[in-house]
Amino acid sequence: MTTTTEPARSSALDAPAPSLATLVGVELRKSRDTRAGFWLLLTIGALALAVPALVLFFGEPPEKTFAEYVGAAQLAVALLLPVLGILLVTSEWSQRTALTTFALVPQRSRVLVAKLVAAALLAVLGVVATLVAGALTAALTPVLTDDPTSWSIDAEQVLQTLLVQVLNVLIGVAFGLLLLSSPLAIVTYFALPTAFTVLVTTVGALDWVRDWLDLTTTTGPMYEGRLDGQGWVQVATSAALWLLLPLVAGWIRVHRTEIT
Amino acid sequence: MIEIEHLTRRYGTQLAVSDVTFSCPAGTVTGFLGPNGAGKSTTLRTLCGLAAPTSGSATIGGRQYRELPNPGRHVGVLLDAGAQHAGRTGGEVLTLTAKVLGVPRTRVGEMLQLVGLDGGAAGKRVGKYSLGMRQRLGLATALLGDPEVLVLDEPANGLDPEGIYWMRGLLRGFADRGGTVLLSSHLLREVEAVADRLAVIAGGRLVASGSKEELLAAAGTVVRARERVALEQALAAAGIRYDAAEDGALLAGDEPEPVGIAAARAGVPLLELRPASGAGLEELFRSLTHAGGPADAAPTTPTAQEARA
Repeated sequence: MTTTTEPARSSALDAPAPSLATLVGVELRKSRDTRAGFWLLLTIGALALAVPALVLFFGEPPEKTFAEYVGAAQLAVALLLPVLGILLVTSEWSQRTALTTFALVPQRSRVLVAKLVAAALLAVLGVVATLVAGALTAALTPVLTDDPTSWSIDAEQVLQTLLVQVLNVLIGVAFGLLLLSSPLAIVTYFALPTAFTVLVTTVGALDWVRDWLDLTTTTGPMYEGRLDGQGWVQVATSAALWLLLPLVAGWIRVHRTEIT
Repeated sequence: MIEIEHLTRRYGTQLAVSDVTFSCPAGTVTGFLGPNGAGKSTTLRTLCGLAAPTSGSATIGGRQYRELPNPGRHVGVLLDAGAQHAGRTGGEVLTLTAKVLGVPRTRVGEMLQLVGLDGGAAGKRVGKYSLGMRQRLGLATALLGDPEVLVLDEPANGLDPEGIYWMRGLLRGFADRGGTVLLSSHLLREVEAVADRLAVIAGGRLVASGSKEELLAAAGTVVRARERVALEQALAAAGIRYDAAEDGALLAGDEPEPVGIAAARAGVPLLELRPASGAGLEELFRSLTHAGGPADAAPTTPTAQEARA
């Protein structure tokens, strides 16, 4: 141990602010450099491989195509990646790293934008992983089974899947911002939309609510690339409720809150 | 240089910090003293842009913290050593900060070595660190951007005696090279050993600030005689206030010279006559924080001091 540091100087007074790309890189790194984050990512990857494998061994021949495998693998990403989005925000509060994060970058909106971009990139990576898993399974289908496979995939399916997965993860981030607590945000993220879906699909009088505000209903066709026309408007209205509303409220909360 | 001017922070109806004004010139270590709950942390959080002042201002080099484009290159901040992700390694914590600051990766190794966390400790997760190790990691984080200003909240907490001695040397050296240090503590001895200047806060109000010498001088003189009653009469005759101090001594409210003269005039032989340095600061701290209001409910107990000093 020594007791020397470099001499204090003033030339760093106007050291440039970190670029958005740097902050996004830091957020991506934060998502995997903790024990919890690392295992969550690994689990998502493993599930993305496992679900198509189940279809390969136990499915019927018409399901054993590249497009079907990719569709099946979305389950893993849709279920768990939003949790990563939630933790990207809430771990800053539960582990109290927000104190360092916002001391280094006092413009809180820059940190939040970096988190949103990082979460969206993770969703893109997640979909890429499902494409790889789907391709791997399709390649193995003629080898491991007697069934034929098909490599055709609709560009619209890939595009809409990508969009819906980005939407899912951003909703996770928004819930994290709104609640600033890992358990609360995770439970609310899963329970609230599910309860909403159950309510509006069983009560007949609420059909219009289901069609315009229930994300499960409105985004369902996107996994198969079948969304068109009025469907896009319905996705937009339901996203306004489940993404925009908590995002704006959470954004305001984070800006007003004292970091302790 | 840090300037805090008429800083007020209100939570609902409660005033956490009320009209606090003091400054920390370059080249000095300022001790920010006060019992727990006195408003030290709120003041430091406001200084670092983590809380908004209700009124007043806090500036560093004439600018608000939030106006600094890359504040970590200018101000090293350690507000809570416990505020680290338990699942991240010490080295990774510094690497993340180095990326935001835009300093070379080699700086991470240098700082780990400086605070004595090089080798195996850097690769361990922070969850496995002792509080002392977290303080060292926090100091490394604060120093990573090669700042000219350090803002540290209770940095001695959890450090062993050797660690405290080491940290004093580090802060002293930092200030001697022209840096500005503001460190808070509820431990008088810790601050007294390293600070040039003191700012004492109690119940959200600043009750004293200035150079350590000024405040110690104001704290009076320890004087002791075999005939205590005669000494008390001599001091009273000279119009010098006094209080009982430890071991039968008196704490007189004046400089040593007039106290000595008063005793000599009354013909009272003295056993001891000295500025009330250490004990004086403690008395000062107690009396000021007592006068300061409700915050005196949490005075520093001797046992807590001994355990940590």
